Amino acid sequence: MKELTLNDFRKRAEGGGLYRSLDELARDDDFIAAVEREFPQQALPLERGVDRRDFVKLMSSSLALAGLAACNRPAEKIVPYVSQPESLIPGRPLYFATALALGGVGAGVLVESHMGRPTKIEGNPDHPSSLGGSDAMMQAAILGLYDPDRAQVVRHLGEIATWSAFLAALQPVLKDAKSNGAGLRLLTQTITSPTLGAQIQQLLAAYPGMEWHQWEAVSRDNVREGLRMAFGGYTNAVYHFDKANVVVSLDSDFLAAGPGHLRYARDFTSRRKVRHGQTASMNRLYSFDCGASSTGSLADHRWPVRPSEIEGLARALPAAIMKDLEANRGASIVIAGDDQPPIVHTVVMALNQALGNIGSTITITDPVEVAPVNQLESLRQLVTDINAGAVKALVMLGGNPVYDAPADFNFHHALTKVPFRAQLSPYYDETSMLVHWHVPEVHALEGWSDVRGHDGTISIVQPLIAPLYNGRSPHEVVGAMIGGLDQSPYDSVRAYWFAKGANEQSWRKWLHDGQIAGSALPARQVAIAPLPPAGEGPRSGGEGLQLHIRPDPNIHDGRFANNGWLQELPKPQTKICWENVALISPKTANDIGYDDEKRSALVNERSTVRADVTYRGRKVRLPLWVMPGHPDGVLTVYLGYGRTYGGKVATPEVGVNIYPVRFSDAMSGGAGAEIALVGGEDAYPVACTQEHQSINPKDMYGQEREIIRAGTFAEYQRDPHLGHKEHHGDESMYPPHVYKNHAWAMVIDTSVCTGCNGCVIACQAENNIAIVGKTEVHRERELHWLRIDRYFRGEPSNPEVFHQPVPCMQCENAPCEPVCPVEATSHSDDGLNDMTYNRCVGTRYCSNNCPYKVRRFNFFHYADYDTPALKPMRNPDVTIRTRGVMEKCTYCVQRVNEAKIEAEKRGGNQRVRDGEVTTACAQACPTEAIVFGDMNDKTSRVAALKGEPAHYALLAELNTRPRTTYLGTIRNPNPEIKGTS
Amino acid sequence: MAVGKIITGTYGLIAEFTNPQELLDAAHATREAGYTDTDAFSPFPIHGLHEAVGMHATKLPLIVFVGGIIGGIGGYVMCWYANVIAYPLNIGGKPYNSWPAWIPITFECAILVAAFAAVFGMLALNGLPMPYHPVFNLKRFDQASRDKFFLVIQSRDPKFELDRTWEFLETLHPREVTDVPW
Amino acid sequence: MAEVEDKLVHEVRPTTQEMRIPARFIPSPTVEPGHTFASVTDHISSIVLRKRMPLLWTITFAVSAMLVMVLTGTIGWLLLKGVGIWGINHPVGWGFDILNFVWWIGIGHAGTLISAILLLLRQEWRTSINRFAEAMTLFAVASAGLYPALHTGRPWYDFWLFPYPNTMSLWPQFRSPLMWDVFAVSTYATVSMMFWYVGLIPDLATLRDRANNKLAQLVYGALSMGWRGSAKHWYRYETAYLLLAGLSTPLVLSVHTIVSFDFAVSQLPGWHSTFFPPYFVAGAVYAGFAMVLTLAIPARKIFKLQDFITMKHLENMGKVMLATGMIVFYAYLMEAFFAYYSGNSLEKYMYLNRINGPYRAMFYALIICNGLAPQLMWVKRFRTSPVMLFITAMFVNVGMWLERFVIIPTSLHRDFLPSSWGMYHGTKWDWSMYVGSIGLFLFLLCLFIRYLPMISIFEMRTLLPEAQSHAAEAHE
Repeated sequence: MKELTLNDFRKRAEGGGLYRSLDELARDDDFIAAVEREFPQQALPLERGVDRRDFVKLMSSSLALAGLAACNRPAEKIVPYVSQPESLIPGRPLYFATALALGGVGAGVLVESHMGRPTKIEGNPDHPSSLGGSDAMMQAAILGLYDPDRAQVVRHLGEIATWSAFLAALQPVLKDAKSNGAGLRLLTQTITSPTLGAQIQQLLAAYPGMEWHQWEAVSRDNVREGLRMAFGGYTNAVYHFDKANVVVSLDSDFLAAGPGHLRYARDFTSRRKVRHGQTASMNRLYSFDCGASSTGSLADHRWPVRPSEIEGLARALPAAIMKDLEANRGASIVIAGDDQPPIVHTVVMALNQALGNIGSTITITDPVEVAPVNQLESLRQLVTDINAGAVKALVMLGGNPVYDAPADFNFHHALTKVPFRAQLSPYYDETSMLVHWHVPEVHALEGWSDVRGHDGTISIVQPLIAPLYNGRSPHEVVGAMIGGLDQSPYDSVRAYWFAKGANEQSWRKWLHDGQIAGSALPARQVAIAPLPPAGEGPRSGGEGLQLHIRPDPNIHDGRFANNGWLQELPKPQTKICWENVALISPKTANDIGYDDEKRSALVNERSTVRADVTYRGRKVRLPLWVMPGHPDGVLTVYLGYGRTYGGKVATPEVGVNIYPVRFSDAMSGGAGAEIALVGGEDAYPVACTQEHQSINPKDMYGQEREIIRAGTFAEYQRDPHLGHKEHHGDESMYPPHVYKNHAWAMVIDTSVCTGCNGCVIACQAENNIAIVGKTEVHRERELHWLRIDRYFRGEPSNPEVFHQPVPCMQCENAPCEPVCPVEATSHSDDGLNDMTYNRCVGTRYCSNNCPYKVRRFNFFHYADYDTPALKPMRNPDVTIRTRGVMEKCTYCVQRVNEAKIEAEKRGGNQRVRDGEVTTACAQACPTEAIVFGDMNDKTSRVAALKGEPAHYALLAELNTRPRTTYLGTIRNPNPEIKGTS
Repeated sequence: MAVGKIITGTYGLIAEFTNPQELLDAAHATREAGYTDTDAFSPFPIHGLHEAVGMHATKLPLIVFVGGIIGGIGGYVMCWYANVIAYPLNIGGKPYNSWPAWIPITFECAILVAAFAAVFGMLALNGLPMPYHPVFNLKRFDQASRDKFFLVIQSRDPKFELDRTWEFLETLHPREVTDVPW
Repeated sequence: MAEVEDKLVHEVRPTTQEMRIPARFIPSPTVEPGHTFASVTDHISSIVLRKRMPLLWTITFAVSAMLVMVLTGTIGWLLLKGVGIWGINHPVGWGFDILNFVWWIGIGHAGTLISAILLLLRQEWRTSINRFAEAMTLFAVASAGLYPALHTGRPWYDFWLFPYPNTMSLWPQFRSPLMWDVFAVSTYATVSMMFWYVGLIPDLATLRDRANNKLAQLVYGALSMGWRGSAKHWYRYETAYLLLAGLSTPLVLSVHTIVSFDFAVSQLPGWHSTFFPPYFVAGAVYAGFAMVLTLAIPARKIFKLQDFITMKHLENMGKVMLATGMIVFYAYLMEAFFAYYSGNSLEKYMYLNRINGPYRAMFYALIICNGLAPQLMWVKRFRTSPVMLFITAMFVNVGMWLERFVIIPTSLHRDFLPSSWGMYHGTKWDWSMYVGSIGLFLFLLCLFIRYLPMISIFEMRTLLPEAQSHAAEAHE
């Protein structure tokens, strides 16, 4: 009989919920056998199965926790952003400042808390890494907090255990480590937390032989090493895009990913908001794009290039660009992508130095990490040591190396050789299945800590809520290892900073502000090292099909795989959700036999073919997706999918795991990939929310239909109307309705929309929008109230890209209203197109008659009424829609009404002042592309924008008189460069 | 018509004919003979027969017309009351009293009520439903819905005298004459 | 009774074919010669009063009953899960549901049209098919009614579409074409029902008198309300009938006009069109006559009604199909012309998408079924061949369904913003609902044929020569 591995049982355990299936499995002889193979010393206890008592206790407690714990504020004193917690008024939310980190680097946020339940995350306007903007991952963290699939108890070999049991089990290991030193290893992700850093140093001091490894699948090793080569020592580069007139991006996605991208997007776009009579000049962005990046989609000149060509370009930029750069010495930036090898970063820094940018548009500071290392080498070292039997005990703080370590490391085999292995992580994931002890990790909103921003600014991370699922913070684990068993994270963090000279006021102020003012790392004088000679040219031979591995724009390295919001979020450029595909250029598609008519037949049905991609003898089967503007001969794939364990959302058949073809010497892929279409397979459905027009230029009606208005800055200066006159009067058989008091309106500046999706998730969180799953999305039933339309213009080989966020237009002559037979949708007196959910019978006529198709229908009972954990997450001010009801963007009417009530309470003039209310999308937008306000208030920003010459209404000829309108896309191409090639 | 004349025994005398022409002639003859309380029964409508049995016009068209007017006004008023008085809402920027949108409903209501008036008016005027009627006592009357034609002279007719009327009917060459009991 | 039946079966009448003169020189009569009041009455009533129905009827009944099961099953699942079981999505909010609604309503138009308009036009040939057609109308409307009732997201709140006083003084929104539909369709159903019943009363009396079992006598007696064929009654009866016809005529025209408003009032390219009302009405008549033929041709064969539903009827209906078919075809051409002449890129794209988009097959099939097939009716040989008529009618039935498909989902699936374009496909539940509604239609039709005279007996009597004779003199 075939030997079953634990993996098989994991599969078997799917669906049933962990405890029950373990119980069943425990009675399964094969399982015992398998366990004995993997955990020889632990064969016995499992045979007992799970104690029913524990099971019942656990289930009930988890329910209780979800419901009740949600109402406890943590015991320690936390400080609200606007008012004291003592002054908590039932029904009124409080805001607390804290910070959320990705890849160790944090950005400040404000968290809205309803009666002690965090419900919404906003950027912190005072924090330099956010300036009030937030991205999809930050917004979705709220769902991550309540996620019922998070690990909820300490487990020993999958069995329910206790924290104290873990500590007990830890003691012998520590004692052993104390005595003979070596053998104890710590594996963490990137750490910028000064407190945790100090604690770890303490730990290392306490156990001389101990070693500390760091590993992060999406690491910035290339940048670190590149800068080290350039400046001889680990440093951190901070960019000031607001000072740059010319920006050259070498495969960098600085607008959408990486530390400080929110700030960078704000700074960069601050030079692209063209206002009539005010804007004298625009900045200019040249982008060499190896995939389909948001940065590329905003560029004035974009060239698709193979990753291997970047180094050559870095060493010799095209003359026209160099000219432009020279002309802007000290006011330009050349920036390389994180995936580019160190040498490219070195070269680029040298170039910046030569251009006098360093010190002006680029600041070099000390690293933000507490202990910068080459994480790849660090992990390699760990694996080698394990295989050499030098590792007796391994404690992992966060991370999921079994899933995301380079394929050639065979980490999971190595791991099982370690006699004692413990992991602290938020989910019971692939790695957890192979450790002896698993401790649930707190969510960033549950525990105390501190973190540095992209420029080193320190924020104190304060919890919004007591841990929902018995989570433990890394401070506790490290603290416990040091010996301070009863030391709470609060004590650790507080102690650290008071030792650094903080006092009660400053502490309160830091908490209140969400940052330690002036803690940004100071600029550092650096001397550029001599530029190393050009290597053997393009790395790893530019020949053949090139595999290009990228972190997923939504679920990053896979850590967000169980977050339904992010899973269902259409990816910024491809508009695909719920899976990863292989992106190829139209030409490459033809070359490999996936030709146009084959494609256009499938693409209508949002389907495609799959292909077997073979790289270094390893094969992955991926759906092919043709991406206009994608470099030829390159195959872009996203990491993070194909999880085998780690939550109900993440696991069942969601995407394909790319890590098996990611090797330590080709972390972002390389040449030599082979691709073969899978024959004899019927069309493979892809959950893509927008496809047709991109595939067939003939169908691209954006221009003819005046959906997109675009022009160059030069043209704008000649004709600020961009060639369009508002020739549509608003003739009507009836006199227009007069709006005396407020007239809410929105203007969206398409010039500065990066398509980052922050607004989409913000809307989802604010308005309790349900997710529908891949099949339903593929049936075109997604529920997002706000979508970001993406249009292409020009040749599919390298088209211009336009992003157009489309919320409800709130038409004054709303076509949806007169056709509703039951008055379920009608106009409010301040001009909102309101939905009365409980009056809706669901004829769907309104949706048919909506020219913008912004109405969304509950074809099934999509909303999750049952999961207790999700109930406290919802915004109490917004109804949860039931089956058979039409829903749509309301301009966040709950916020509008709250503001109006506040204004009334002020008495006197009862008008809401400009800026007192904004919608979730506008608040989230990192580039402030969305502006919301009162059109009747002539001093409001929105009123001013409505006066802009480039301002236009979508489908104005229908005389719907939309309240949501747009500013045309204005770009600033270099007149000396003809075309984009 | 004669009032207070006591009728006993029979409802009237009935003559059976085999084709519509005979019936029509007979009806006319009866009328000329001065009988007033007569009625004729046929399996299908016969032109002019109603005049022959002394009936000239019906109020039905008037009833239907009135019904139509009431329905139309009612329909419009309903729309107007509902969307202007009871619960005025700004619907797509249209005025509360958007009369053009209410024409279809006004029209339909007019038709509906008029049709009701026509049907129930007809039934009422005909005194239907009427489960019992003396003529049904006649054995052969079931042929009236097949291919036989009947002419009845009621006993309450002022000129009615059993034997003389019987003789008169015989002169019309019917298939047979019989009396209809109550 | 039995011997009457035998008579029917064995009786051989001389038909025009057997005569010396070529058939085509002889105008075929509305009733074949040699019939008497008695024979007409007995023949038609015997169909109802007989003990056993022909095998074909039994089969049809059994099959349709099964389809009704399918329908109920589908409806059950629909109420349980939601309209998501259908293929509808964004942007295609209406699919088979409204499509089939319009298809059925269209079919439902022939009945009233034949009974009312042809009556006013003194087309006496209508007599032998109007009862049948009216019944068909009612059942088609019944099938149609299923869809608007069940297509809503929350059907249990459908009553909100009816104006009833309530504590919140919430009323329907009478500007919505859907409200117009509610009134139009319910009025149409009610009036047709009354029209039909009024027409039945004298025949019910006939059945009452013919029936030979107590129950039948009782039921028919009650239904005929004591009708006794009094001359005065006949007079008011005819007046009422004429008035009803007068009312039904504008009504029948208004119903499909209002149905077309569902589309014409919206602003979707392909829907937003001023000429929809006449176009839809013509289409309705077209579909209606096609369906009458589809049903009448087999029925007259099964129940040996060739003498009453003669070649003349079939031929006339063929002519009507030809005429209305031409109107509909003209409408298709006009749509193309508008698209071109309006100069509106959206209108243009809408039409291009019809003839060249993903659903072009549907469009071409539509042209063949509705545009070309009826052209056969130019040829007298086809017009007078039941088989050819039946085939053509079938084409038209399919064609009218395709027409609605081309109008509804094909216009919706690619509208203003290319970003929200989509595709639409009916799911198995869409189909089962459709097939089920056909089952319901046939089921009711079978019951009607079984228990009510499918040809108006008393009106047939008036067509006989012996009935005519007096009229001439009466008019002197």
